[in-house]
Amino acid sequence: MTAALRVESPGLLTTIQDLGRPNAMSAGVSRGGAMDRFAHSAANLMVGNDAGVATLECTLRGPHLVAERACLLAITGGDLDPSINGRPAPQWAGFFMSEGDHLTFDARRAGARTYIAIAGGVVGDRWLGSASTNLMASRGGMHGRALASGDMIQAGDPTEGPVVSGRHLDEGLRPAYGDQLLHVIAGPHLKRLSATGRSLLFDSAFEVGIDANRMGYRLNGPVLDAAGEELLSFGLTAGALQLPGGGRPILLMADCQTAGGYPVIATVVSAALPIAAQLAPGDELRFAETDLEGALRMRRQTRAALDSLRG
Amino acid sequence: MPAPRSTTRVRIRPLGDTALLAELGTRLDTALNTRAIALAAALKKRRDVNQAIAAYASVTVHFDPEHTTFEALGAAVKRLAAKRPPMAEPGRLHRIPVVYDGPDLEVVAAAVRLSRQQIVEIHSRPIYRVFLVGFVPGWGYLGPLPEELAVPRRAEPRTLVPAGSVAIAGRQTGIYPLPSPGGWHLIGRTSVKLFLPDSDPPCLFRSGDRVKFFAVPA
Repeated sequence: MTAALRVESPGLLTTIQDLGRPNAMSAGVSRGGAMDRFAHSAANLMVGNDAGVATLECTLRGPHLVAERACLLAITGGDLDPSINGRPAPQWAGFFMSEGDHLTFDARRAGARTYIAIAGGVVGDRWLGSASTNLMASRGGMHGRALASGDMIQAGDPTEGPVVSGRHLDEGLRPAYGDQLLHVIAGPHLKRLSATGRSLLFDSAFEVGIDANRMGYRLNGPVLDAAGEELLSFGLTAGALQLPGGGRPILLMADCQTAGGYPVIATVVSAALPIAAQLAPGDELRFAETDLEGALRMRRQTRAALDSLRG
Repeated sequence: MPAPRSTTRVRIRPLGDTALLAELGTRLDTALNTRAIALAAALKKRRDVNQAIAAYASVTVHFDPEHTTFEALGAAVKRLAAKRPPMAEPGRLHRIPVVYDGPDLEVVAAAVRLSRQQIVEIHSRPIYRVFLVGFVPGWGYLGPLPEELAVPRRAEPRTLVPAGSVAIAGRQTGIYPLPSPGGWHLIGRTSVKLFLPDSDPPCLFRSGDRVKFFAVPA
């Protein structure tokens, strides 16, 4: 393990994330982990890592990083306009940085979250089986907090075998980020919506509200009225679309609470969560209903795309 | 072998393609909660289950659709739920000292038409059950709170409730483990730490535990 990158400036919110800590949910600790698991995993595979080791998740405005030594990197996910020493950096492909090179980002061009993988994997504090940063508990990753100027990013030793750059993923194999269409499966409480409410859910555009973070997104759009008695709290999952009393849905994301009692009218399928992760406040989105079979078909496609990066 | 209970009815519905919600009932009820905890424990032993989270009267099961299907897991859940649950072990008992000087004591006293002293006596009388650990790290939903103290949540939630605040809402009581927003009525505070980030599991309470509050001077 050696220092790979120095943080010159941290960007808006850059955290260390892996695939999260599912075993902590029974203690009320959110699963956490990368919001866009596809981009996270793809970046790792492009530099020869296991898909699950930690990367840097950069939100809306990227950091300024300086290479402390030569290293193999990959940048995936949203396009925050990365440059190496002022020249456009490759995206969705592995590339080398030399000692002293500067990686900077400019204005957001598409998406919301960029992932930076380093050969050998980003090293962070492990907490309950994961290096993911949990900001609420102030644990994991970079001492439980977002990156700050002056931090040193440590990376593990690259896996054995030739370290090669140039592994890349064609746009056709990535999730349909630009569509901003989220496929959902009917939630346990969809029937609480009237016929009108149901058609509003599937025929209207919603907008990601200003209250959007790693825990979830409040959505602006038509008010949906749900009928029925109060529910007993039950275990939740990322992707669940909750409907509080006011009728404005909340899309739960990676750091969501582990239990809640609001009706869940729909759940975004696992293969569409990366698309949701790339939405920023002000972005529009729509919901389309699918079934388990449709969800699994999409999931197999994303797995096949990741498998094309292995070996 | 005891016959399976014919009365068992479990509702199983998908929560996306990687989780399902198995509901044993819809009431706040100790027997239902005992069954939910036993069902989650049995499900956690299965190799095709990533995680099973017991709640009041339901279990949320997380699975990998590469290793099983919603239908196969749903059938397994029904089979396991039909078994007579093992004798519920009495959960660990936690005795929690409380300074009953919360900022909402007066409001609650007026709403339920009792004196502050009566509220303290009634709140610290029962042995509560931890129905569910969740929401935020270390939070336990405790109950049932005696009917005399049942008040709806505050109309305006507080933006910041201090850690250690002892609170009530409806037929429930609880302790805020971390500074967080909250809509429950604050009736006291405790020095006991609920969230133990350096332990595993990182919390004092587990589902099925018992909790007894006792009043201490400020």
